[in-house]
Amino acid sequence: MSVRRLRRKVVSSLFVGFCAASVLLALIPLVVILFFVMSRGLQSLNVSFFTEMPKPVGEPGGGMANAIVGTLIVAGLGSLFAVPIGILSGVYTSEYAGTRLASAIRFAADTLNGVPSIVIGVFVYGIAVLPFKQFSAIAGGLALGIMMIPIVARTTEELLLLVPTSMREGALALGATRARAVFSVVLPAALPGIITGCVLALARISGETAPLLFTSLNNRFFSTALTQPISSLTVQIYSYATTAYEDWHRQAWAGALVLVAIVLVCSILARYATRRLEGLVRG
Amino acid sequence: MKKDLGFRIGTGVFGLLLILVVVGIGFELTRQSLLSIQKFGLNFWRTEIWDPVAGEFGAFPFIWGTLYSSILALLIAAPIAIGIAVFIAELCPARLKQPLVFLTELLAAIPSVVYGLWGIFVLVPTVRSLETSLPDSIRAWALFKGPPVGLGMLAAGLILAIMVIPFTASIAREVLKSVPIAQREAAYALGATRFEAISAALFYARTGIVGAVMLGFGRALGETMAVTMVIGNTPQARVSLFAPQYTMAAVIANEFSEAADELYLHALIEIGLVLFIITLIVNSLSRLLIWTMGHGARKAAAPAAEPQAAAA
Amino acid sequence: MKKILLVFGCVVGLVGGLAAQTMKITGAGATFPYPIYSKWFAEYNKLHSNVEINYQSLGSGAGIQQLRAQTVFFGATDGPMTSQQLQDAPGRILHFPTVLGAVVPIFNIPNVKTELKFTGQVLADIYLGKITKWNDPALTKLNTGVTLPGSDITVVHRSEGSGTTYIWVDYLSKISPEFKSKVGVNTSVNWPTGVGGKGNESVSGLVSQTPGSIGYVELIYALQNKISYGSVQNMAGEFSSATVASVTAAAAAAAAQMPADFRVSITNAPGKGVYPISSFTWILLYEAPKDKAQAKVMMDFMKWALTDGQKFAPELGYAPLPEAVVKLEMAALAKLKLT
Repeated sequence: MSVRRLRRKVVSSLFVGFCAASVLLALIPLVVILFFVMSRGLQSLNVSFFTEMPKPVGEPGGGMANAIVGTLIVAGLGSLFAVPIGILSGVYTSEYAGTRLASAIRFAADTLNGVPSIVIGVFVYGIAVLPFKQFSAIAGGLALGIMMIPIVARTTEELLLLVPTSMREGALALGATRARAVFSVVLPAALPGIITGCVLALARISGETAPLLFTSLNNRFFSTALTQPISSLTVQIYSYATTAYEDWHRQAWAGALVLVAIVLVCSILARYATRRLEGLVRG
Repeated sequence: MKKDLGFRIGTGVFGLLLILVVVGIGFELTRQSLLSIQKFGLNFWRTEIWDPVAGEFGAFPFIWGTLYSSILALLIAAPIAIGIAVFIAELCPARLKQPLVFLTELLAAIPSVVYGLWGIFVLVPTVRSLETSLPDSIRAWALFKGPPVGLGMLAAGLILAIMVIPFTASIAREVLKSVPIAQREAAYALGATRFEAISAALFYARTGIVGAVMLGFGRALGETMAVTMVIGNTPQARVSLFAPQYTMAAVIANEFSEAADELYLHALIEIGLVLFIITLIVNSLSRLLIWTMGHGARKAAAPAAEPQAAAA
Repeated sequence: MKKILLVFGCVVGLVGGLAAQTMKITGAGATFPYPIYSKWFAEYNKLHSNVEINYQSLGSGAGIQQLRAQTVFFGATDGPMTSQQLQDAPGRILHFPTVLGAVVPIFNIPNVKTELKFTGQVLADIYLGKITKWNDPALTKLNTGVTLPGSDITVVHRSEGSGTTYIWVDYLSKISPEFKSKVGVNTSVNWPTGVGGKGNESVSGLVSQTPGSIGYVELIYALQNKISYGSVQNMAGEFSSATVASVTAAAAAAAAQMPADFRVSITNAPGKGVYPISSFTWILLYEAPKDKAQAKVMMDFMKWALTDGQKFAPELGYAPLPEAVVKLEMAALAKLKLT
């Protein structure tokens, strides 16, 4: 084997090695972070964590019951706002794909996707908190919803485009209006994927903190009132993490564990459910 | 048909709503920062002073901090992300593919505040011990000057890198998938090694790869929580990796709710506007690059670049 | 899927409806009194279970700003509002002192657990960046029995608008003209040096985790987190530690000459046994609040806090208000326009 050929082989092996090493390198922080979250979180996870409210400053004990419920509420509000807008936008951009409006919508969706979450929080503070002189769960939900819209819209559009045109044409050939064709035939076919997209978007925004800082604020008490400030896991973890109280640190890790678990469960469920639903729709 | 028109308008309205939100954000940001824009003009981008007491506001330290931390993150993350993308797309055995994809997505799914939590209690002390263990001769260099606080640019850059890797990796993987298989086959047929064939594919996909890296950059620019928990929150522009600094997103998160006078508030919102514009430009550019690449790939597969084999 | 949503909606609506019976008041502001306020609101909630006062410790600056924007019902601050701020507010805002507290210099030096002695001048120079090492002669002269290391001093301050900062810089500016001109007195200042933490909570967190650091926090944060803090030389020349007694002594002179709007600084107070970095902390209320129902409840709470609530102060490291001040406040509270 000539020297040149040997050199090329060595370079290639080094390259392959580098790529494999990159994978390992990326997995290391993942394993380390999950390890810390699980070990420190499990230590402080007990029944009272899920049933009690935060205690006054300096008193040990208490829990994050209000924060867990709060996260579910603002995430729920966000989806309520984002899912209709996202899906219907996606329907438009897939059905009228060549129009200028569709291109504008697509560009806007991509832009919105890249807007930093803190900027969205500032925006929602200006339009939903200041005019009403009230921090509220609704404002928090609005901020999270705005972040969800582009994800839902893009997923819907992509999946609708994937549905074979034969299905659409079949429905139209049978005399259906465009609306009927889309809502009765095309959309249901793409539904499993769209639901996955929504659940994944939900999982993603459940972990957001910045947009909630000036919108839903935080609340010591258990509250489900939509026009009042509400607690959330992310904001609570953030406020505990930066203090010096050991007990609060432990609770922050426990909160992180719950949060990661929610996100994980959502992601896994979404993927698993897609496969089942796809089978159902087809069958 | 009338019913079709109703459908078109009905769904179009929601699309318009989306556009309205984006335009609304830009409009609100500009409107709420007018006082600051009028007073400081373009100097705002260059002034280093951030003094709420004297009413002197300059965004330079934050722009510096944002760019420095994001570029640092990119330098670390880009090679690793591309390596991951290449591995999953080209090199790994079929049964490892799904698990690896799942694991990279897992890394992306971890919430920012959890990264920050881990950053405060694990990463920062590690960086601190790293700082103290460096010999004094190296500590004298501008890049490593400063007391060993642990909080600072290095911690921020590392955390951002970890957060950006899965993002860039998955997009790079998509980009690589769209390279026509004929490219690689031609290379292998001519006797290329793994490296050479993949290089050819990477070269072909270069605009897309650059786009993927830039999208990661855009993501790093806007990251708030993890950064503010480890960067030290000090408005100073420093070269040292160990110096505590500040980013645009972090200063807004910290000081927004208390900006007590109009000018202060408007200055902060102007920073938000600057951030909005910068991320808009970076993201648009990167999507343009990715689109161009995809567009080129959809055309007839052009002959591959001469396999490096011939050049070697 | 639809059924689940329906049930969820019903539950939320039901609970929301029930919740309407509860009186919810939101306030924001200083982290300095957060430990005692959170105790008070919890205790008050035990006595009146339908009253939930949700206090967010965002910092004095945020308390003032959000009160002006009227997104919260009351604010809390340890740095009194300036005349300009009062003028810019949409309505007349009144200050009500609630407790007395102390700001202490905390430090973290490995192997040094004794109480270090500081003077105002030394602290000012550290925060100006003029003294940079722990074994600087100015420090070793004051603490002759202690071996101070040659390591760098990491200065920690607040990153956001803070009443605690106000108290700290108010004191340092009274001692050091250079500090006054370079840094000034405000809730948010241009720090010449150091690292920023958000809230008393964060400063105590940073100092306890960073060897060689110095910071300033309200006394209770140092006590609860077991962080070493130093004594400061008062006007009488003594090195005074922050205690309930020394803080009460600081307020003695002021209590006799309290201005009508209760805005007064008691840092560097003259006299023996005085802790020089003491301060009142205030709750801010509109004179004519819009929500009368909330206002009534708030006034009732204030009356409780100024009388029964004061007994919680000493165990949390705060000093109760002097009797004379409480009397004046009760009279001022009665003047709130509640109808």
